[in-house]
Amino acid sequence: MDTLLQQLINGLTLGAVYALVALGYTMVYGIIGLINFAHGEVVMIGTMVAFTVIVSLAGSGMPPLLILGVGLLVSVLVCMALGWSLERVAYRPLRGAPRLTPLITAIGMSMVLQNVAMIVWGRNYITFPPMIEKHIYTVAGATFTNVQVAIVTLAALVMIGLIYLVHRTRIGMAMRATAQNPQVASLMGVDINRVIAMAFVIGSALGAVAGCMVGSYYEIAHYQMGFMLGLKAFTAAVLGGIGNLAGAMAGGILLGVIEALGAGYIGQLTGDFLGSHYQDIFAFIVLIVVLMFRPSGLFGERTGDRA
Amino acid sequence: MNGQVKTSVPWQRHWLGVLLIAVVLLAVPFVAALGGQAWVRIANFAILYIFLALGLNIVVGYAGLLDLGYVAFYAVGAYAYALLASPHFGLHLPFWVILPLGAGIACLFGMLLGAPTLKLRGDYLAIVTLGFGEIIRIFLNNLNAPINVTNGAQGITLIDPIRIGEFSFATTSTLLGIEISGPQKYYFLLVALAILVIIVNVRLQNSRVGRAWQAIREDEVAAKACGINTRNIKLLAFAMGASFGGIAGGVFSAMQGFVSPESFSLMESITILAMVVLGGMGHIPGVILGAVLLTALPEVLRYGIEPLQDALFGRMIIDPESLRMLIFGLAMVLVMRFRPAGLWPSPQRRRELAEHSD
Repeated sequence: MDTLLQQLINGLTLGAVYALVALGYTMVYGIIGLINFAHGEVVMIGTMVAFTVIVSLAGSGMPPLLILGVGLLVSVLVCMALGWSLERVAYRPLRGAPRLTPLITAIGMSMVLQNVAMIVWGRNYITFPPMIEKHIYTVAGATFTNVQVAIVTLAALVMIGLIYLVHRTRIGMAMRATAQNPQVASLMGVDINRVIAMAFVIGSALGAVAGCMVGSYYEIAHYQMGFMLGLKAFTAAVLGGIGNLAGAMAGGILLGVIEALGAGYIGQLTGDFLGSHYQDIFAFIVLIVVLMFRPSGLFGERTGDRA
Repeated sequence: MNGQVKTSVPWQRHWLGVLLIAVVLLAVPFVAALGGQAWVRIANFAILYIFLALGLNIVVGYAGLLDLGYVAFYAVGAYAYALLASPHFGLHLPFWVILPLGAGIACLFGMLLGAPTLKLRGDYLAIVTLGFGEIIRIFLNNLNAPINVTNGAQGITLIDPIRIGEFSFATTSTLLGIEISGPQKYYFLLVALAILVIIVNVRLQNSRVGRAWQAIREDEVAAKACGINTRNIKLLAFAMGASFGGIAGGVFSAMQGFVSPESFSLMESITILAMVVLGGMGHIPGVILGAVLLTALPEVLRYGIEPLQDALFGRMIIDPESLRMLIFGLAMVLVMRFRPAGLWPSPQRRRELAEHSD
């Protein structure tokens, strides 16, 4: 029982991070039908920038929470700028090109970002300085830390903010309109280019928040960390039905929980034949099974010939 | 389409072209050897990638199924060869048994993956194939306990080279008075295989099956309405692509003498896909060009960047390895930016694109 609760808590934390990253994928996909393969790298850059800011402010005598806040803010701003330039450089010129073309530029951009990160931050793991004093709480045999609580709370707040933005503001309305039909939206006076750029900027901001969370949760960062994280988050987005905001959130949390439960129980299930280092395959097995029975994801509407 | 263009060339010139290509192909390993055997190996990899890229071209270029896990089949072929011809299990089967067997196993895996997933469209298929590739890699990485099947991350070493009787492909020997090294022998084997896959690609292009693939690529519903059994035809594309991947894997195993899961990362899948798309999807010369360029470019950069930085700044300012990949990534972006249909698209595709942009 305590394993179950423990893994649920761990899964929820991980799932919150996946959900935030998945939102970045799904917003871009929902509006222009493009897999932004470089999104994982944006998250990685977010972590790295936060790391640099936090380390350089660590000795300044500012209160730790303020330092964390500044790190988060700077990394969000940097990632927003990065997302905007990504769209301008790699995707906007290719609108209307064959579908695989932007995929290749996305891959190219992610190689560029990875290697820039390697040049700037080195090829070794970097350790995040712990800014908040860790408290460990125990409930019914399961333990969790205040960092985990902070991650889940912050993720929930950010998601509520995003839902408000998309459903209650003018730019949100413009986004939904563009997602439905770009031509008609532009006839109604929506500036499509601005909307698409906004999707990238907002997605990258969410990615930066997720990046900071990963950094403070695992307390390490690496220039290649964006790859697997991006892959899992994209899986989460597809799981929930890509292009669907609520689906991305649900898919992310579901994936996190499945992964944590899988890692916790795989030994028992297979009579110790397979160990917890198979954790990474759950994401993909679940994905394949779900798509076999619900080809457009758990919450995806039938988009027909969209792809 | 291509046929018409070709017949307008007088047959003498046609054969002259073939002769020229043959002479160049014959000369490459000996010219490359002047710069050291390393360059022969690079040439070998270029041809191996031509083989892989053309295999993937059947799936992506012809049938329009975006496969991001192609490397899984390559890995299956490589491990099939490695397990059946190495001291790991003490098995030493000859290559002419294992290569077809590897192709068959890869084909089986292709169908295993294809059967449940081919009703998915576009990006969903892409992510499922990608996941499949990762699953295979994770299994290869971890299947060393409790029963040691793949030897985990260490990989399998001392794999037998391809051997015909007493004639081994791994050692240097003298043929007709010419000294010919191991990599050079593999070069000729690979060229023969590449020619085979080119012939298959060309023959498929305008065959009944090839036209069915094109129809599915352009509009699946319409293709179905025309009486094409879309499921079987798509499965055929998948299985064929997978078999070629399996053969390439076997040759890779034999040539390297060593396999490990590291060689079969997602990056590898993406590189092969990039070769197809960068060169010109569905167009054989384009795909070949893409494969050669993407194999050669990193190597040229590897040998070019260090001396260049040395000359410019007198010391290493930026780690050459990462700078190399950075330039590689930038090159991919730039090529796609300015030639969205690939470097050498098929004339038909170029026309279609021109129509769309109107």
